[in-house]
Amino acid sequence: MSSADYRDPATVHRLIDAIGGTVTRSWTLMEICGGQTHAILRAGLDRLLPPAVTLVHGPGCPVCVTPVGVIDQAIALAGRPDVTLCSFGDMLRVPGSRTDLLAARASGGDVRVVYSPLDAVAIAGREPGRQVVFFAVGFETTAPAAAAAVRQAQALGLTNFSLLCAQVRVPPAMAVILEAPDCRIHGFLAAGHVCTVMGLAEYAPLVARYRVPIVVTGFEPVDILTGVLHCLRQLEAGQARLENAYERAARTQGNPAAQALVGEVFEFVARDWRGLGELPESGLGLRAAYADFDAARRFGLVEAPTPAPGECLAGEVLQGRLRPDRCPAFGSRCTPQRPLGAPMVSSEGACAAYYRYRGQAA
Amino acid sequence: MCLAIPGQVLDLHDGGGLFARGRVDFGGVVREVSLICTPEVAVGDWVLVHAGMAIAVVDAAAAARTLAELARLGGEGA
Amino acid sequence: MDSVCPLPLDDYPVVLLAHGGGGRLMQQLLDGLILPTLGVSGGQGPHDAARVDELLAGAGGRLAFTTDSYVVRPLFFPGGDIGSLAVCGTVNDLAMAGARARALSVSLILEEGLPMQTLWQVLCSLRQTAEAAGVRIVTGDTKVVERGRADGVYINTAGIGAVPAGVSIHPGRVRAGDAVLVSGDIGRHGIAVMAQREGLQFETTIESDCQPLWSTVAALLDAGLDLHCLRDPTRGGLASALVEIARQAGVDVLLDEAALPVAPPVATACELLGFDPLHVACEGRLVAFVPATQAQAALDVLRRAPGGERAALIGAVGAPGGRVTLRSRYGIDRPLDLPAGELLPRIC
Repeated sequence: MSSADYRDPATVHRLIDAIGGTVTRSWTLMEICGGQTHAILRAGLDRLLPPAVTLVHGPGCPVCVTPVGVIDQAIALAGRPDVTLCSFGDMLRVPGSRTDLLAARASGGDVRVVYSPLDAVAIAGREPGRQVVFFAVGFETTAPAAAAAVRQAQALGLTNFSLLCAQVRVPPAMAVILEAPDCRIHGFLAAGHVCTVMGLAEYAPLVARYRVPIVVTGFEPVDILTGVLHCLRQLEAGQARLENAYERAARTQGNPAAQALVGEVFEFVARDWRGLGELPESGLGLRAAYADFDAARRFGLVEAPTPAPGECLAGEVLQGRLRPDRCPAFGSRCTPQRPLGAPMVSSEGACAAYYRYRGQAA
Repeated sequence: MCLAIPGQVLDLHDGGGLFARGRVDFGGVVREVSLICTPEVAVGDWVLVHAGMAIAVVDAAAAARTLAELARLGGEGA
Repeated sequence: MDSVCPLPLDDYPVVLLAHGGGGRLMQQLLDGLILPTLGVSGGQGPHDAARVDELLAGAGGRLAFTTDSYVVRPLFFPGGDIGSLAVCGTVNDLAMAGARARALSVSLILEEGLPMQTLWQVLCSLRQTAEAAGVRIVTGDTKVVERGRADGVYINTAGIGAVPAGVSIHPGRVRAGDAVLVSGDIGRHGIAVMAQREGLQFETTIESDCQPLWSTVAALLDAGLDLHCLRDPTRGGLASALVEIARQAGVDVLLDEAALPVAPPVATACELLGFDPLHVACEGRLVAFVPATQAQAALDVLRRAPGGERAALIGAVGAPGGRVTLRSRYGIDRPLDLPAGELLPRIC
């Protein structure tokens, strides 16, 4: 059960050889998961693959797609003396329109990094005098924990806990990319842990409509290359099927208990994606029964209109149209210390992955 | 944020439904994890944990099948 | 060593502003607790410039001098505390230049309200660590600041030692082909401290690697090895130490990722917390650059030294340049750079 099996160099090289023996023409595959993007670049899998296989990176970073206006809301909350804003660590340096959460903390805001939304509930329980807000960012993988946090807060009768909801769903983003008339993506690697929670059902309509193979893929180097191999085998055989290459974690039906928890607390809502625009039913928002736990409602937050992106080309990067190290600002006017946009600072951002694992030069 | 880490369940505390949790050993680091979404889990099972929540029990048989298939690679062509 | 704080706690269970005021209370704190616990005596008090001549006599011609401040939070962590850290950090800086620390100054900035018991524990740790490192605490200073400042206690130590004749250890001596070795597994200290912080708490057996390194350096010198450069990777971890040396020496360094020693619980903790072990602080490790022909001999010495079970040969110096490259276990190279910003605040 150890991760070592899925990182074994000999197995990796066998997979690379098998891939080389499979392809007879060029193929472009997209992965939609920031964790997979980083794993690919850290291990250098894109450089190990034969030139005929190109991997492009999709909008798989929930931090990166959070609109500037929502970041500003979080910063505004952090500025309130009665609020304790709890967040995952890598939201702290994502730029809002003027500043970021790290600066808000330096100015005296009570911003705390947590590992789980359940930790935020525990803080709320221990500190009844504070209004604890959890900044809920993430894909479907994170939704069960956020839903559990709300249910726990309700069960404990806490009146000082709320969620700033910014959660998103993968299938609508995949559809947008497939809809583009000039879409050059031949096949997709679906995010293994999203599918662990949600199952495979949501991807079947995409396979049927767009006739592309979608392979559920894990995160270790061996898992990623296995997903790539299965996808290429389909393409070479002219097939377009939904396939699971991560069976040890993802089952066809997903995790029913997790889905029930998420469905009880959240519903699909339209959500604005940084770089992709507003996508219907692409986000998770609190159901009416849980409206009391909505921080936007509790604090009367107004969503400001998204400002023009300026020089940041995150939209192009997130759609896989621009490789980060080919962005004119990459490594010069945009660095992790002084980012133009979220993909350069998020731990799952494609630009951050290129900067960290490829350096400043392309 | 998609990353989930595998760990082995050491013990279970049934705080009652929403508060069901257990201690999970991630290779020498032990942390308490919510087990609400894996009601079927038993001590000794491996779980995948994300943001403090176990999202799946690892299917050992499926893992064995995958590793066996990988071991066969290299003999065949494509 | 007494197991009970010598100052009558009933009178003053916590540090007061007056303890820093220069008056009777301060004298009581110094004479009753600080000086005897630290072993500072013989007419050398905090208001007298210490006479270090005797300590440096016969130690060698070239003096080495260093200082560091310690603001670690929490004050006590598995494997150490701010006291042991304050001695080891400064002793090790001198050791990296080939100097054995002979005399140390200890400056304390105490927060009003610090429990006297806590102060005493820190002082005991300073004394015990200094004794283990073979260095005398000869002078110091004590200040008290208002409640809400200093997080309990801040410590500055300065150390003086001498470099033996014939020993010259600095980046300018690094040569193409040199072997790069590390004296033990990396990332322990940073993880041990982080494990205590709110919101990230987990149970672990990971202890800080905080320890004095002079005996390791002395063993390397005694073995007749030609040490070109030494560095102890503290804040910023092994990556920062190597990037700095490569830049200062103007050489390229190639590291073998598979050879980097990381204890499994540290690796797991790093994954859980999202850290790269290469960026996590050590406090009892050194990286050494030696001629390639001496690599095995150096490794043998390191493996016999305290904490050296996982000492390893991790890379080599290449052509003139100034960059560090990490070769992954899959054979792919990537540049190694300084970590971005405040990943791990208040680690030392």
